[in-house]
Amino acid sequence: MLEELLFQLEMSAPQIVLGLVNGAFYALLSLGLAVIFGMLNVINFAHGAQFMMGAFVAWMLLNWLGIPYWGALILSPLIVGAFGVVIERLMISRLYKLDHLYGLLLTFGLALIIEGLFRNQFGSSGLPYSPPTSLTGAPIDLGFMMLPKYRVWVVVAALVVCLATWLVIEKTRLGAYLRAATENAPLVQAFGVNVPRMVTLTYAGGVALAALAGVLAAPIYSVNPGMGSSFIITVFAVVVIGGMGSILGSVLTGFALGLVEGLTKVVYPEASATVIFVIMAIVLLARPAGLFGRA
Amino acid sequence: MPDVLPPAMPGITTDMMLAIRDLEAWYGESHVLHGVSLDIRPGEVVTLLGRNGAGKTSTLRAIMGLVGRRSGSIVFEGRETIRMSPDQIGRAGIGYCPEERGIFASLDVTENLMLPPKVRSGGLDIPTIHALFPNLKERARSQGTKLSGGEQQMLAIARILRTGAPLLLLDEPTEGLAPVIVQQIGRMIREIKQRGFTVLLVEQNFRFAQTVADRHYVMEHGRVVDSVTNQEMAGSLERLHAYLGV
Ligand SMILES: Nc1ncnc2c1ncn2[C@@H]1O[C@H](COP(=O)(O)OP(=O)(O)O)[C@@H](O)[C@H]1O
Ligand SMILES: [Mg+2]
Repeated sequence: MLEELLFQLEMSAPQIVLGLVNGAFYALLSLGLAVIFGMLNVINFAHGAQFMMGAFVAWMLLNWLGIPYWGALILSPLIVGAFGVVIERLMISRLYKLDHLYGLLLTFGLALIIEGLFRNQFGSSGLPYSPPTSLTGAPIDLGFMMLPKYRVWVVVAALVVCLATWLVIEKTRLGAYLRAATENAPLVQAFGVNVPRMVTLTYAGGVALAALAGVLAAPIYSVNPGMGSSFIITVFAVVVIGGMGSILGSVLTGFALGLVEGLTKVVYPEASATVIFVIMAIVLLARPAGLFGRA
Repeated sequence: MPDVLPPAMPGITTDMMLAIRDLEAWYGESHVLHGVSLDIRPGEVVTLLGRNGAGKTSTLRAIMGLVGRRSGSIVFEGRETIRMSPDQIGRAGIGYCPEERGIFASLDVTENLMLPPKVRSGGLDIPTIHALFPNLKERARSQGTKLSGGEQQMLAIARILRTGAPLLLLDEPTEGLAPVIVQQIGRMIREIKQRGFTVLLVEQNFRFAQTVADRHYVMEHGRVVDSVTNQEMAGSLERLHAYLGV
């Protein structure tokens, strides 16, 4: 009996690890979306494209400038975040007085343009990006399962970044400005806070989180222009399930749904691609504001 | 951002803390202020009286730059602020306590209190604020919007006393509050006047206004239509009641 169980665990362990790794990306990406939505009231459809840009910038830094993974982990989010500053200042900031829908359409259009440009430049087939040597080599042996080092790193890094973001928002002065401005931006501005600049930097921060996820993803998935759009559909489902705008909710939901997806692959592989959307439909029927959302 | 402020304008009387001339304001297409002019000297408590819809709140919002569009002149401590953004105006030294109080639900009492950045030295420190408003100390960890109406009003005023802003705009702080709380707010206003703050107070309650203010302006249809000193007030009650329709 026990042997049977251990055998089951051993067989499903790779799927569970894969589920956790996917969950780490869902969490990071939906965190960025939630941060942006909370402050700007814009659903950032370019998030997948910015994730992809993060991976490509890491590839370019390595292949064109010889800057390795650890440098890219810092530089790529900064570079793609700066691109976010330009987008927000030049385009998104003109839409705040209009309906949500305009921001969604604009960022959706941007996503298509960015993807098209990268496809034109780099083709669709995907470029290899190796993990740093310190995270390659023999996997960690837990006895009943083998943990590839790089995947463990991705899960730990995502957890740390999510926790740090949550701490900044809940426990710091900057976070208090962010929370207050989400409720009543004009009043926070009248207190002397440069709210327009804070909005720009919040967008850049959310975009940088997407780019960071892109760098983390580069060694796992091949770096290709479509890598963002394949992820982002699921991420939007995660955000809908967790509740738009809830920071902790999107992180927890991200990891949980990655796991659910992984377990489904073990139990009933045919449903693994759709299970998240089935959950989304059920949650929408039962709690339209999402599990953690405020109705 | 507001580190470099424009120099004092020549020819403008700089002994006024606030000098407003021909202020007009719009919300979108709707024109709500039609040439408001008023002056406040340093250390004065001045009220804006007038019935609902007269334009009192809009005047305060226009001073802060929180209306859709505004024109005319608002000179604060000798500097023209009409083209400044709300954050520059706040940084220049004007503290704003809105009519709806603006307590943040996602912040606890302490976070609400500490939210507005300091704009100058000379603000009240936390022990002094807690001495003035003991309830805020007891409820430091409560969610801001869980406080009673009176406590929320205290918090909304306390947080701008901390910043060192020398001019405070208070929009109907006594609205909807029990008489004992109104008295407490009256004591608090006299206390901060003692400490040298200047106050522009929007009020509908005449009797309360008389207990705290030096001068009163009366607004009607988006204009200032009359003004009296507090000494003259008793003798002008009939005329003033006519404006307020009581
Ligand atoms: N956000 C707004 N949009 C359009 N009109 C407004 C707005 N706020 C106030 N008004 C109008 O401006 C006028 C003055 O209102 P207000 O300044 O709030 O008066 P008071 O504070 O003296 O009661 C009223 O006619 C009111 O309907
Ligand atoms: Mg009003």
